[in-house]
Amino acid sequence: MMRADNLQKTFNPGTPVENHVLRGMSLTIETGQFVTVIGSNGAGKSTLLNAISGDIQPDSGRLFIDQQDVTRMGAWQRAKLVARVFQDPMAGTCEGLSIEENLALAWQRGEKRGLGLAVKKAQRELFRDKLATLKLGLENRLSDRMGLLSGGQRQAISLLMASLRPSRILLLDEHTAALDPKTAAFVLELTDQIVRDNKLTALMVTHSMRQALDHGDRTVMLHQGQVVLDVSGETRRQMQVADLLSMFEKTRGEVIDDDALLLG
Amino acid sequence: MSVIALMGALEIGLIFALVALGVLISFRILNFPDLTADGSFPLGGAVAATLIAGGHDPYSACAFAMLAGAAAGWTTAWLNVRLNILQLLASILVMIALYSINLRIMGAPNIPLIGEATVFSALIGDDFDRAMTVQPAVLAAIIVLAKLGLDAFFASQAGLAMRATGANPRMARAQGISTDRMVLCGMALSNALIALGGALYVQTQGGADISMGIGTIVVGLAAVIIGETLIPSRKLWVITLATVLGALLYRILIALALNADFIGLAAQDLNLITALLVGFALVLPLIKAKFKRLSGGLAK
Ligand SMILES: Nc1ncnc2c1ncn2[C@@H]1O[C@H](COP(=O)(O)OP(=O)(O)OP(=O)(O)O)[C@@H](O)[C@H]1O
Ligand SMILES: [Mg+2]
Repeated sequence: MMRADNLQKTFNPGTPVENHVLRGMSLTIETGQFVTVIGSNGAGKSTLLNAISGDIQPDSGRLFIDQQDVTRMGAWQRAKLVARVFQDPMAGTCEGLSIEENLALAWQRGEKRGLGLAVKKAQRELFRDKLATLKLGLENRLSDRMGLLSGGQRQAISLLMASLRPSRILLLDEHTAALDPKTAAFVLELTDQIVRDNKLTALMVTHSMRQALDHGDRTVMLHQGQVVLDVSGETRRQMQVADLLSMFEKTRGEVIDDDALLLG
Repeated sequence: MSVIALMGALEIGLIFALVALGVLISFRILNFPDLTADGSFPLGGAVAATLIAGGHDPYSACAFAMLAGAAAGWTTAWLNVRLNILQLLASILVMIALYSINLRIMGAPNIPLIGEATVFSALIGDDFDRAMTVQPAVLAAIIVLAKLGLDAFFASQAGLAMRATGANPRMARAQGISTDRMVLCGMALSNALIALGGALYVQTQGGADISMGIGTIVVGLAAVIIGETLIPSRKLWVITLATVLGALLYRILIALALNADFIGLAAQDLNLITALLVGFALVLPLIKAKFKRLSGGLAK
């Protein structure tokens, strides 16, 4: 379970570029739930994910993972609980390191690292088996540099890395946005499979309404740092992309009107 | 070039190989532009010379020199990760502070070590002619140990975490690595090696001098750059090897330039030669690429 309670975040406070991004963001995700997140550019989707992972600290509000208050924990301290795949294929892996070294880093996510050999023989076997499940032929390229791989291959490995160790929540921030349609579809399918097989609790940001409805079992829409729509169950199953789109446009219009009223 | 000059160049080259390995850790592995070296090299020299002149054994003197260097590197890293001071600036602050500290430690601008026991004494014995071969041999053994030690460390879990910290800190944190701690430890390790270089330097040169640190970082960087230009590789054990060879080659080239009478260079031209050498090493990849294109064109 993950619970965000009234999160507030303002970037560059007190400067001309002050930006109030999270405005009382609250969201509870039950264990095993797969939530898709939509919202326009700048709505605060990535900021929410960064707050959950600990990359940024909210100004106020609380964050719980299971029953643990993680609000003041740094990203590296939460790594045992939070797994993530970044939008940029470059961001989630080290391009200068080999595939097996990247996997070895993820294999020890949140664990103590000592002076033992980083890539042992047994792990190499395990990595090979795991890579084989991707069906990309990467199982024979363990010692290749990560930088040699295509974006899609890197994202597939990032997903694998995120699922090597158990986590309480998996964060996916537009992780297929940089990929061509075919590769994106492949990586999405892989995502579904990994989430299902490992019974993961997941939060996936996407810009595609289609994806938002087709994947996962709950969809939330963010706007100006708040949750403005939250659908699941039967309502969501009945929903068409057109419905979602019109709601998307409606909320945007309404909120803008609200602001206009306030300013007027 | 005479044998004596060559052995001398080899000796200093080996000492600067330690410095270069330290620079490799800060600049290349941690991605931390660190100028502390100009202070931590003479710091190691100052600590070792003071202890040896005070009657302590040279081995513990070297150990204390390394500890002092580690503390200096730690301080630079701390200024950066805890106080958010820019990396370059943090290292400059520590470097200039060390100038005063080194003077305090030494109590005088120089400490002669003539006739004192050094780490080489046991093997040299009474026959001072043997110094010429014993010193480079001992130094070579130390470098081999340091190189293999580093290779082993960077293949370990903690070593891999340190490499990830330099290559992609955000990803490293997402994997549960405390990047702050890694930078602190890595910078301590880097400057400990550089200080050990300083400690050995004073023992081969017969004393410590307060100005012995000037230009250390340039020489260290020169070695790293020459190494990676001549032997480009992504494998860490090759990179450390290239760095050591780069340091040796650098000193030998310098010795050649200074000893070639017909060029008419003297000791004071050292910095100019260094700048030229490093500049040349930096554009070498460009020249190589051009050469390849040209020869490729001819082959068609
Ligand atoms: N570290 C930061 N410093 C300053 N401003 C930031 C920072 N991170 C995000 N912002 C700003 O916060 C706002 C929300 O950004 P965020 O990345 O959360 O949006 P998003 O919903 O993910 O949008 P997109 O769909 O474009 O990815 C943007 O205006 C952005 O410029
Ligand atoms: Mg975003």
